[in-house]
Amino acid sequence: MSPGDVLRLGLLGIRGRRARAALSALGIAIGVATMVVVTGIPAAGQRALADRLAALGTNLLRVQPVSAGDQPTLLPAESVAMVRRIGPVEQVSAVANTHRVVRRSDLIDPEDGSGITVLAARPGLLPAAGAAMSSGSFLTAVTARFPVAILGYEAAARLGYDRLPPPGAPAARVSIGNRWFSVGGIMAPAPLAPELDQAVLVGWDTARVLLGFDGHPTVLYVRAREDTLDDVRAILPATVFPQLPGLVQVSRPSDALAAKREGARTFGALLFALAGVSLLVGAVGVANTMVLSVLERRREIGLRRALGARRSHIRAQFLAESVLLSALGGGAGAAAGIVVTAGYTAWQQWPLVIPLGPVAGGVSGALAAGVLAGVYPAVRAARLTPTEALAAV
Amino acid sequence: MTVLALENVTKAYPGGFTALDDVSLTVAAGDLIGIVGRSGSGKSTLLNIMGTLDAPTSGTVRVDGVEAGALPDRRLATLRGSRIGFVFQHFHLLDALSAADNVAIALLYTGVARRDRRPLAVAALERVGLGHRVGHRPQQLSGGEKQRVAIARALVHSPALVLADEPTGALDTATGEAVLDLLVELNRTERATIAVITHDQGIADRLPRRITLRDGRIVP
Repeated sequence: MSPGDVLRLGLLGIRGRRARAALSALGIAIGVATMVVVTGIPAAGQRALADRLAALGTNLLRVQPVSAGDQPTLLPAESVAMVRRIGPVEQVSAVANTHRVVRRSDLIDPEDGSGITVLAARPGLLPAAGAAMSSGSFLTAVTARFPVAILGYEAAARLGYDRLPPPGAPAARVSIGNRWFSVGGIMAPAPLAPELDQAVLVGWDTARVLLGFDGHPTVLYVRAREDTLDDVRAILPATVFPQLPGLVQVSRPSDALAAKREGARTFGALLFALAGVSLLVGAVGVANTMVLSVLERRREIGLRRALGARRSHIRAQFLAESVLLSALGGGAGAAAGIVVTAGYTAWQQWPLVIPLGPVAGGVSGALAAGVLAGVYPAVRAARLTPTEALAAV
Repeated sequence: MTVLALENVTKAYPGGFTALDDVSLTVAAGDLIGIVGRSGSGKSTLLNIMGTLDAPTSGTVRVDGVEAGALPDRRLATLRGSRIGFVFQHFHLLDALSAADNVAIALLYTGVARRDRRPLAVAALERVGLGHRVGHRPQQLSGGEKQRVAIARALVHSPALVLADEPTGALDTATGEAVLDLLVELNRTERATIAVITHDQGIADRLPRRITLRDGRIVP
């Protein structure tokens, strides 16, 4: 018998009982589809994150004081200028908490700031923090000296300004510390500086004049050459706060995003293991179907033995049927998994990453499951003597 | 020329029942034998042993001069597949396959190349008068036609001996007659060696040579 003959024999049993074959292949298909989806979607998410990180840049350092005791630590007002003197530093900017309340209207309870922080912003914040505007424009040298506020992405939603009013309509205004500020723009989400999402930004000098702000920065955003980042990071605390460098914390926001990605990876491994279990359950289903198939087809086995089939021919026939059944399930599952992954990533606007490893792994896992599921029924079929097989009802 | 020889064959089952007791017989090429006996006389056991489907407890079985008892399963299966053809009472056709494909199964295990199987199967169907039913499924055939397909399957590989186990048992009288006529005809025109196992004395009487079994022994 040629390999083609063995395959045709395997197909014969499947063709004869299509509905049952489809149902038992379904178990395998679900297992493989799950494998592809649980690896494909995180892989696409990681690729999207990596793309975004590459666009945002990984050379941002965030400098922040840690409070010691009850008293908040105040960074020196001249710290921004000090950092700018470090050679490899390319950009530096800062924000400072004004501890003022922002409201949509002065009729709202003055204590109710909706959890929004009012920050004074130094020029150059937008590129330094890797942020962008979704509408309007950021503070310029001119608007920074007037009562103009920029809304963070989340803050804008809380204040009820999803976008700026069209020209001609009444201008958007917010009340900060009982003074009216006109809204100059709304920011897009800032993944590297999520604190800006829930903030309203005003010009540094405006804050000093109108809001009684003391000039001490709260967070510094420092961009340095990538290759010198560790060195810059080492000298930043002493530069920012020479008196108490131990109270200065330097972090790298892109690391936090990457760590989140690692977390997702661990979770993904767990899901993958679960998918493996469901593949195993699928294999048990195939084994069941095969045991049944052997029982029902004892007369066929007897006939084939009478027509010259060796034990090994019978074994090969049922093993081929089991492997084909699983392979059909595996193929269908892989296809379904790819379709679901493609649909989800398209919806999320992520790049599509077809996880070739898991697809290959899932399909070969299905084949292995088919072999595993087929061995016992095939051996049983081959062990039947021709006479007892022919005598079966 | 002897195609099948049984020498002092005994078949005893566990529990002490002896189905065949010291049976010796030979079948020569071109023979048409009726093996007749009532139910329980050992006919089926004899058929199984003649067809090498079962091994005797003692005694020897030679098919075409080869001693079957000395062969491992692998070679015994090949001997059975190439030298013996079977016709069963209940046809044993596979419903999923066409008549030609059912006949071609008999060529699958004996190493006939795939491209040669179908022409041989069609030729065999033509020999039994079913040239017009080649593509039909068993469900689309009458009982007599099914048994003709089975006879074509038993003949397609030109075996040394065809064993027919109650070939008319599942058919009405007229159809049974026609099937028997076909076997007689194949024996006469193609010199096919055929042994028909039956409980029906009337059928056995139509065959040139008869062996009667009673209680596991050949009645002299």
